[in-house]
Amino acid sequence: MQIIKDLVELNGVSGSEEQVANYIKQKISDYTDEVYTDALGNLIAFKKGKSSNVNIMLSAHMDEVGFIVTGYTDTGLIKFRNVGGVDERILPGKTVLVGDNKIPGVISAKAIHLQERDEFSSNWKMKNLFIDIGSEKKDEAEKLAPLGEYICFNSSYQELGTECVKAKALDDRVGCAILVEALKGTYEFNLYACFTVQEELGLRGAEVAAFRVKPDIGIVFEGTTCSDVPETEKHQHSTRLGKGAVLTVIDRTAYSDRILVNYIYNLAKAKNIPVQFKETATGGNDAGKIQRTGKGVKVAVISVPCRYIHSPVSLMSKKDYESSKNLALLILENLSSNLDNMDKILKGVEVNV
Amino acid sequence: MDVKNLLKELTEISGVSGYEYNISEALSRYFRKYCDTVEIDKFGNVIGLKKGVEPEKKIIVTAHYDEIGLLVKSIDENGFIRFTNIGGIDPKILLAAEVIIYGKTEISGVIGAKPPHLLDADEVKKTVKLQNLYIDTGMDLKKVKEYISIGDYISFKPVSLELKSDYFATKALDNRCSFAAMIVALEELKRLKHDYDIYFVATVQEEVHLTGAITASYNINPHIAIVVDVCHGDMPDVPKERSSTCGKGPAIAVGPVLNKQHTNKLVEIAKKENINYQIDVEPGGTGTEAWATQVSRCGIPTVLLNIPLKYMHTPVETLNVTDVVNTGKLIARFASSVSEECKGKEDCSCK
Repeated sequence: MQIIKDLVELNGVSGSEEQVANYIKQKISDYTDEVYTDALGNLIAFKKGKSSNVNIMLSAHMDEVGFIVTGYTDTGLIKFRNVGGVDERILPGKTVLVGDNKIPGVISAKAIHLQERDEFSSNWKMKNLFIDIGSEKKDEAEKLAPLGEYICFNSSYQELGTECVKAKALDDRVGCAILVEALKGTYEFNLYACFTVQEELGLRGAEVAAFRVKPDIGIVFEGTTCSDVPETEKHQHSTRLGKGAVLTVIDRTAYSDRILVNYIYNLAKAKNIPVQFKETATGGNDAGKIQRTGKGVKVAVISVPCRYIHSPVSLMSKKDYESSKNLALLILENLSSNLDNMDKILKGVEVNV
Repeated sequence: MDVKNLLKELTEISGVSGYEYNISEALSRYFRKYCDTVEIDKFGNVIGLKKGVEPEKKIIVTAHYDEIGLLVKSIDENGFIRFTNIGGIDPKILLAAEVIIYGKTEISGVIGAKPPHLLDADEVKKTVKLQNLYIDTGMDLKKVKEYISIGDYISFKPVSLELKSDYFATKALDNRCSFAAMIVALEELKRLKHDYDIYFVATVQEEVHLTGAITASYNINPHIAIVVDVCHGDMPDVPKERSSTCGKGPAIAVGPVLNKQHTNKLVEIAKKENINYQIDVEPGGTGTEAWATQVSRCGIPTVLLNIPLKYMHTPVETLNVTDVVNTGKLIARFASSVSEECKGKEDCSCK
C-alpha cells in the first residue's frame, strides 16, 4: 500500500500531472526498455516483447479532479473554478492545497447563524464560494496564488477499519499503481504502459497516447463509482465494495470487447480472484478513446470500486485493489505464456481457460 | 508563549456538549500551572482560582469549552451509522466531511449521502437533510457493533491548518480559542497585581443551554463577570455590521446585556495599553453566556469580549492568532484594574 499512499498524496490536477509523472518515472526506470513523455505530458513506458509483435496497451490516468485559481476579492480571498467533475455541494468547509508550494487554504462556509432562510434551504454554488489562505490583501493573494494556479483537495491517506483506505485521487492512482506492478514482469508481446493526462477533462491524454502506440488490445485500469450505500436502491448499486475487481461491459464512452471480457472473467474465476461486473452503464474512461483509435482497438476496463469518488474522502477496499492488481498480472502472464489465446482474442474467437 | 501551538493542542482533543468529561482533566492541567486551586465541579465546569488580596471579592472569567458535534442515533444492517446533531450544524457542510466517533476507541469515518449521479432533478435542487446522511467507517456491521454504540458522540476531525498572516483553521476554535485567551491572561497576571480573587471558569454545555455558565455563576457568586466567546469574522457576503474583522483585536460587545460602566472601562484600558480592539454591537441576546451571567442571582454586571471567527460551526473555523493574544492581554489588564473601581461598592453583587 506504500505506493498507493505515495501516489495519492501527490497533487496532479488535470493539466499539472508532472509530480505524479516524475514519481512513476523513477519507480519504473529499472523495468522498461524505453520511457518517454509526449507533447501532452503522457508518460509512456515501453517494454519490448520477446517473440510477438502484438502491442498491448495498459492505460491509467495520472490526473485527478481539482480546481484552478480564477480571481480574488479585495480582501485577499481566492475565487476558483473546478477542473474535472466535482459535486459543488461538498465544497464548503473543506481544506485545499494551492499550487506547487502547497499553500494551505480553507473553502468558505457561511456560518449557520448568518444564513437567511432561503440561503439555508439552497445548495451553495461554487461561484459564491472562495478559498481563504489567510491573506488579507488582493495583491498578496495574487502573488502567492497566481491566476491559473492549480488547487488540490487536502486529504491524507488513511486506513479505515480493517480493510479500507480513505484518500483523495484514488481515481486513478490505483490504476497507476497497477501499471507500475505490471511493468515488473517480462512478456512475449510488446507492452506499453501509458500513464495518461487529462482524463477528467474528456479523455484527452489517452486519445493521443493510443494514436502513438497503435495497440492491438487496450486494457484500462481505473477507480470507478461504488454506490452500494444507504439512500440508494439496490438496482442503482454500480459496484460493491469488497466484492473484487470490476469489469465493465458498457458505459457512456465504450463497449468492452465481449470476448476479451469473457476471457478475463473466466480467468479470474478459474484462479479464484474476486471479480464483479459494473451493473450500471454510467461513467466513462480512457477506453472510449482507445477503442476508436486507428483501425479500432479491442478494449476492456478493470476497476477498483471507490465510494465517494471525486471527493477528498474516496473510500476503497484494499482487497479490491489486490484483486484488480492480481487480475492484471494474471492476464498478462496468461497471454504471454499462451500466445494462441491472444491470437483467438484478436480474431474474435472465444477462449477457453 | 506559543499561542498557535496552544490552540492546536486545545482543538485536537474533543469535548462535544454533554461529553466534556473527555477533556476536563486535560484543561485543568493548563490551569494548574497558574492557579492557586483548580477543581472540576459536578457539572464539569473546570474552575481555576487565582487569589487576590481582598477577601470575598470575586471576578469570574468564563469561556465555554464544549464544542458542537454529532451523536450516534442508529446503526443499519450494513454498519452505516445514522446520527443527529448537538448544537447548531448546517447539514450542507457535512457532505464528505471527516469525523471521529468516540466509541470504545476513536473510530474515523466519512459522511456520505446519496451519490450525486443518482439524484433526480428535484433532489438536486433540494439541500441534504440530516436524516439522509450517514457515516461510513469502512467496517462491517460486526466490527461497528464491537466498537460503537448508540449514544456515542462524534466530532469533526481536526484539520489544524496554519494559514498565512497568523491565521489558523480547525474545528472547535469556538470556543477553545477563548480558553487559550484565558491562559494568555493567566500568563500576563503573573506580572500584574490584582486585588480580587479571579475565578477562571471553563464552562460546559454552552452550545445547548448555557448550563455551565448558569451553574458556575450561581455557585461562585461573583461581583463581575467577564465572558469570553467568539463572534463572526468578516465574509464578503455578510453585511459589515453583522461581523467583526479578524486581526483587529477582540470585539468588545456593547448592548443591553452588557454593563455600560465596565464596558467603557474595558475600552479605556484597551486604549491606554495600546491593545487593538473593535466594537461589536449586540442589540439582543449576544448568543453567549453573557445572557446567563447577567441574570444570575441578583444580577451580575457582565462584560463580553469576542474573538472574531470565520466559518463558525464548521470543521474550518478560522481566526487570527493575534486576536487571541490581545483578548488575553485585555482580560488580564481589566481584571487587575477593575478591582480598584469596584472597591467598596456594595451593589456589585448579592451579599
